[in-house]
Amino acid sequence: MEEEKKLGLFARLKRGLTKTRDSIVGGIDSLFHGFSSIDEEFYEELEEILIMGDMGVNASESVIAALKQKVKENHIKEPIQCKQFLIDSIKERMLVAEDAYDYVDKQTIIMVIGVNGVGKTTTIGKLAWKLKDQGKKVLIAAADTFRAAAGDQLATWAERADVPMIGGKEGADPASVVYDAVMAAKARGIDTLLIDTAGRLHNKKNLMEELRKMNRIIDREFPDAHRENFIVLDGTTGQNALVQAREFGDVAQLTGIVLTKMDGTAKGGIAVAIQSELNIPVKYIGVGEHLDDLQRFDPESFVNALFDTRKEDENEEHADS
Amino acid sequence: MAFESLTDKLQNVFKTLRGKGRLTEADVKTALREVKMALLEADVNFKVVKQFVNAVETRAVGQDVMNGLNPGQMVIKIVNEEMISLMGSETTELTFQPGKAITVVMMAGLQGAGKTTATAKLAGQVKKKGKKPLLVACDIYRPAAIEQLQINGKKQEVDVFELGCEQKPAYIAAEALKYAEKNGHNVVIIDTAGRLHIDEDMMQELMDLKEQITVHQTLLVVDAMTGQDAVNVAKQFDEKIGIDGVVLSKLDGDSRGGAALSIKAVTGKPILYVSTGEKLTDMEPFYPDRMANRILGMGDVLSLIEKAQESIDIDEQTSREMAGRMKKGKFDFNDYLESMKQMKKMGGLTSILGMLPGMGIKASDIEGMVDDKQLRRMEAVVLSMTKEERANPKLLNPQRKHRIAKGAGVDIAVVNRFIKQFEQMQKMMKQFGGSGKRRGGMFGSMPGGFGKGRFPF
Repeated sequence: MEEEKKLGLFARLKRGLTKTRDSIVGGIDSLFHGFSSIDEEFYEELEEILIMGDMGVNASESVIAALKQKVKENHIKEPIQCKQFLIDSIKERMLVAEDAYDYVDKQTIIMVIGVNGVGKTTTIGKLAWKLKDQGKKVLIAAADTFRAAAGDQLATWAERADVPMIGGKEGADPASVVYDAVMAAKARGIDTLLIDTAGRLHNKKNLMEELRKMNRIIDREFPDAHRENFIVLDGTTGQNALVQAREFGDVAQLTGIVLTKMDGTAKGGIAVAIQSELNIPVKYIGVGEHLDDLQRFDPESFVNALFDTRKEDENEEHADS
Repeated sequence: MAFESLTDKLQNVFKTLRGKGRLTEADVKTALREVKMALLEADVNFKVVKQFVNAVETRAVGQDVMNGLNPGQMVIKIVNEEMISLMGSETTELTFQPGKAITVVMMAGLQGAGKTTATAKLAGQVKKKGKKPLLVACDIYRPAAIEQLQINGKKQEVDVFELGCEQKPAYIAAEALKYAEKNGHNVVIIDTAGRLHIDEDMMQELMDLKEQITVHQTLLVVDAMTGQDAVNVAKQFDEKIGIDGVVLSKLDGDSRGGAALSIKAVTGKPILYVSTGEKLTDMEPFYPDRMANRILGMGDVLSLIEKAQESIDIDEQTSREMAGRMKKGKFDFNDYLESMKQMKKMGGLTSILGMLPGMGIKASDIEGMVDDKQLRRMEAVVLSMTKEERANPKLLNPQRKHRIAKGAGVDIAVVNRFIKQFEQMQKMMKQFGGSGKRRGGMFGSMPGGFGKGRFPF
């Protein structure tokens, strides 16, 4: 742990993304250097690389269409000259609005939703730790009353982060847990209430209705609170993540994406697809298993780490705040 | 819907080409561009897609388009067949050690793939086979993983072995094996911690475990929603710890599950089970044909066949008359000839049957009628009959049969057998005729219900 700290946050983000960079950039560099002219074959190769990064057919095509436009407008002849345009184009798509993290200083209720096994509970634990670290009064609600021992898992995280938790028995109505938690948050003057929900597949109608009900209860019982609904997406997920984001967004308006498990070989390109198709910003990414391995998503350092265009030390201050 | 079905896309591409008799290279290329996109949207690995598309292209160019199908459908047919053969055309299940020997199964996979749940579900499957499974909790890292396994074990009424989270997994597994021997368990299923495939320490732990005890089957649990990375994950797990099969989880979502195809193509390991729901009973064997349909987003192959039947270019009048006669059991040799003509247009009976995965009729059941070569010989027999004989099969006496045999160049026994078969068929037609409201020819009225239930997607 100690050594980890010394590495610096950016370094760790970068380490987490090393594999990503190796596979995407390896491909991209060989592309820019391997082709002598910008032709159809070049674009096809580029499309392949983007798709291999899980960016999906549509987003890849749109990135390429934009690139073609630039190439034409600027009379670019050499493939290597395309590189910066490509980077900028992806970066632009991934920009997070300036007020994206304002919720931290408001009285906020954050509902964390997603399909099974994406890392919702872990994300809550990390978020709780982070907010607590910033001096906020945090409360966790364990509304995953379905999965066996989910409450125990969350309790462990709550303990690690040293924040109180309100839970229900396995099989209890999650909406009642939410109700209790909202009441408690009001009574105790909590800054941030984090609600862990059971993982559910977005095509299960009843479970989605259950989620809608929880959403409604919060709206009704605490209308003054600022609301955030985070969808947690596994970075290894493919094109189905788009459908997930769309369906969950239909039930509770999504304000951000948490992209987890970005420390494997997954490329997380699906985030680009979601942002450009649904306009939901990625707010956090999870790059490891430590409590502090949840980072604010910074497109600048994300894309830079992805394409390795700048030196590490210059970037330290760009990393998570 | 997020995905337009591939069938629809291909239909559109080929609208203008309808009626062409042979798939040209240009046709195939256009079609395969759509196939490629469909596969990529289903998260099939790009490299696998490329290989696959090339294989299909090689096979498809120059192929005759079966009558009754348009070029688009013809391509789908080839794609579907190739895909099923790629995924392994048979359902594979977990193999057990012979006799009373204990079978050890180890579950591995990334975090959140659904290992613990799959472990408990597998126990249920194993129990159904009359075995006595023991679940072993070797995930000592994730908070509450042991409790989760215990709770699920209790629900399944299966014993769970655990030594808390202080011992090394290899040690826990070895102790579990002793416990199993003592208590008469014959299948031991080990739940392990989720890990990143690039995490050396964690992979080492699995290798240690495998060194400590004999693991007969290592199953990799893969989330059906995994994207392009599925191949890397499977490859690395296979290289480092060696896997024997795959369990595909969360297939009850609406992902296309292209990961299944990628993993099979790259590692060659079979997919043993699919997890299809929240309940602990929601696990079933893997059916390659269903998966192929799902990946392609084809609805079911039946619609294809129905279309083929609809597009048989047969005179409505003839068809209706024939159906009417069949109902009354008055199916004669003229009708037989007509039916054969239709079948030939559709590319022969064998290939029609070949397009129907698991249609419930065994080829051997209707063998005499199925063989295309034999059909041609039968046609010769019919053509050697006089018009009167064709219209009235009862006229056929031994003398006439001899003449027919000579005319068709076959043995008298063949003629006899054929006439006998024909009589049987007449009876069959009469039976089917009762519910015969279909418009097609002989085969339009044959199989009443192929059973849509076979295609749950």
